[in-house]
Amino acid sequence: MDLLPLFKPKSMAVFGVSPVNERHPANIIYNKNRLQYPAQVFPVNPRGGSFQGETLFSDISEIPGEIDLAVIAIRADLVPEMITRCIEAKVKGAVVISGGFAEAGRRDLQDRITDIAMEAHFPFIGPNCLGIYCPSCVDTFFLANERIVKPGPGNITFISQSGGILVDQMIKFSQERVGLAKAVSIGNKAVIRETDLLRFFMEDPETEVIAFYLEGFGENEGREFVLAAKDCPKPVIVLKSGKSPEAGGAISSHTASLAGDYTTFSSVLSQFGIVEARSHLHMVYYCESLSRYQKPAGKNVAIVTGSGGHGVLAVDVCSNLGLSVPGLSEKAQEELKSKLSPGVKEIASLKNPVDLTGSVIDDDVVETVRYLSKSPEYDSVVILLLPYSPGISMDLGARLSQVYMQEGKPLLAYVPHVEKYGMLIEGFELNGVPVSDTIEGAVFMADALRRHGTC
Amino acid sequence: MLTNEMKGILSEAAPAGWLMEPQVKKLLGLAGIDVTRFIWTDDVGEATGFASSIGYPVVAKIVSPKVLHKSDIGGVEIGIIDNEGLTRAFEKFRSIDGFAGVLVEETLKGMEIIAGAKMDHQFGPVLLLGTGGTAVDIYKDVALRMMPVRQEDIRSMIAGLKAHPLLTGYRGADPVNMEKLTDLLVRFSGLIMDLGDLITSVDLNPVICSPSRCVVADGRIILKSTARL
Repeated sequence: MDLLPLFKPKSMAVFGVSPVNERHPANIIYNKNRLQYPAQVFPVNPRGGSFQGETLFSDISEIPGEIDLAVIAIRADLVPEMITRCIEAKVKGAVVISGGFAEAGRRDLQDRITDIAMEAHFPFIGPNCLGIYCPSCVDTFFLANERIVKPGPGNITFISQSGGILVDQMIKFSQERVGLAKAVSIGNKAVIRETDLLRFFMEDPETEVIAFYLEGFGENEGREFVLAAKDCPKPVIVLKSGKSPEAGGAISSHTASLAGDYTTFSSVLSQFGIVEARSHLHMVYYCESLSRYQKPAGKNVAIVTGSGGHGVLAVDVCSNLGLSVPGLSEKAQEELKSKLSPGVKEIASLKNPVDLTGSVIDDDVVETVRYLSKSPEYDSVVILLLPYSPGISMDLGARLSQVYMQEGKPLLAYVPHVEKYGMLIEGFELNGVPVSDTIEGAVFMADALRRHGTC
Repeated sequence: MLTNEMKGILSEAAPAGWLMEPQVKKLLGLAGIDVTRFIWTDDVGEATGFASSIGYPVVAKIVSPKVLHKSDIGGVEIGIIDNEGLTRAFEKFRSIDGFAGVLVEETLKGMEIIAGAKMDHQFGPVLLLGTGGTAVDIYKDVALRMMPVRQEDIRSMIAGLKAHPLLTGYRGADPVNMEKLTDLLVRFSGLIMDLGDLITSVDLNPVICSPSRCVVADGRIILKSTARL
């Protein structure tokens, strides 16, 4: 099944557009696509007539030309008939927004649309979903634009079983300035499932990181998913809900009780190098980090800061996550010391974390990050910047990004996110270095690179 | 590939829905996995003869298709040092529901681990390795992998256990035989792949690991109710 027309439609038909109810989901979808996206959009309603001065088509077959994408937002019991009509009209794919299927006890109705679509090799997303958001191409979310927050364009594709989680995640991505390639809410996943989308986005040139919010897999679906992810050169991140141990009834063996659903899920994911995000928050940091650095890194972290407290807090987070913070040898400390400014070299603590103190100036940070980036002892460098230190200038973000570009060692930064420090943050981000708004987040970003490797 | 002899053991166990310990050990032995030297009998004379030949102390365990968890009902006697003790154990076990004889075996010392497998709904066959013994549910020190596994997966499972230092020689103790342990797990995972859809879960617990051997001291295989044998 070719999914491309769903994400890059040239023409769209929206089923269910109402001439009287302007808040109908189909109306919202029709209006936003007509006004803001390039596809040609046609409204469909069996009653026919006109809508906002345009023809309201009573049947898909009346629309002139080929239709790439049908968006179906009508009563569940009418959906099988409309899917059949789309197939007859050679529509290339659909998004079924309508609820009222398996989630509402109508498994039979869902099985019917699945059978109809599978027989005709007709791809559709849903039912019971928000569908697809592809920046500057298409948006099938039935949420008015003024109500939602859209991150800027980027290289992350986020696929979610839950529409609500997806919209929320988009807000968090915006806050952290993480860009999106595509967002897909798959709902009941009657035809198109996670693995299909994983295979599709593996080949999508706009996607470099594929992230999922999952509630669970059907029989053997997990196996299919991890085997597909194994062949995926792009980082795959998964956030799974439902982690509590299952009730499970009478368990007859120790293995069955020790290898509960979630324990197994988590272990198999790391076996195949899939990055498991433990929470919503981890998801944002992992996406941010892996959208910049797609190669796995090891567990040895170097920490650079101007405050002892920041360094110790970061070490605590590292040790909770199983990351190492190996110290610098005496010789290395001597070498590094010789590169520091006179005001700092006698008072700085050059073990690891490297604490350059409040007397630090830009050059000290640049020299230290460069020295640690060159050292084979470390797999990544976490820089905890205190922009209020008198010797730190707003140019430092861009200067440190240059060090990353020259040395190639992943650099993860923490800078407090307030407008005042915007130029410093942009200096990093616009030059490819991710910046967290918390100390923990900077360490989570280093952890993402480690988790990306197989265990 | 399952041999005819293996299939015979499985069909013999099918009505009960699971393989009792002596059946498991026969099956494992056929797959080249080291198991304790044992006898399965309901004849005391035969049992004492066997015990004398391998040397006391021995372990005696109830064999009954109705007893899945032997320790829970007092169906295991360890540290039996003479014919008299073994005879007493026989007398005690005879009154247990479903009595189908007694398993008498050698006593081994070493680090106890659990090797297990289950058919997971989402991922298919999954291999488990962990700290074994009767308190596995308390330690919950396990590594899991989707099967089939490669030798390096098995090595990373062993290395990932909290108990790993105990296996490699903690505080002056001799390390367990890693080659034997790896070999046992490779053979076990091969057997599980061959059993495939016939099973729902398997416990080999404990597997007793010492510097010289890795030996399955107890095991249980739960068959799938719809398994066709």
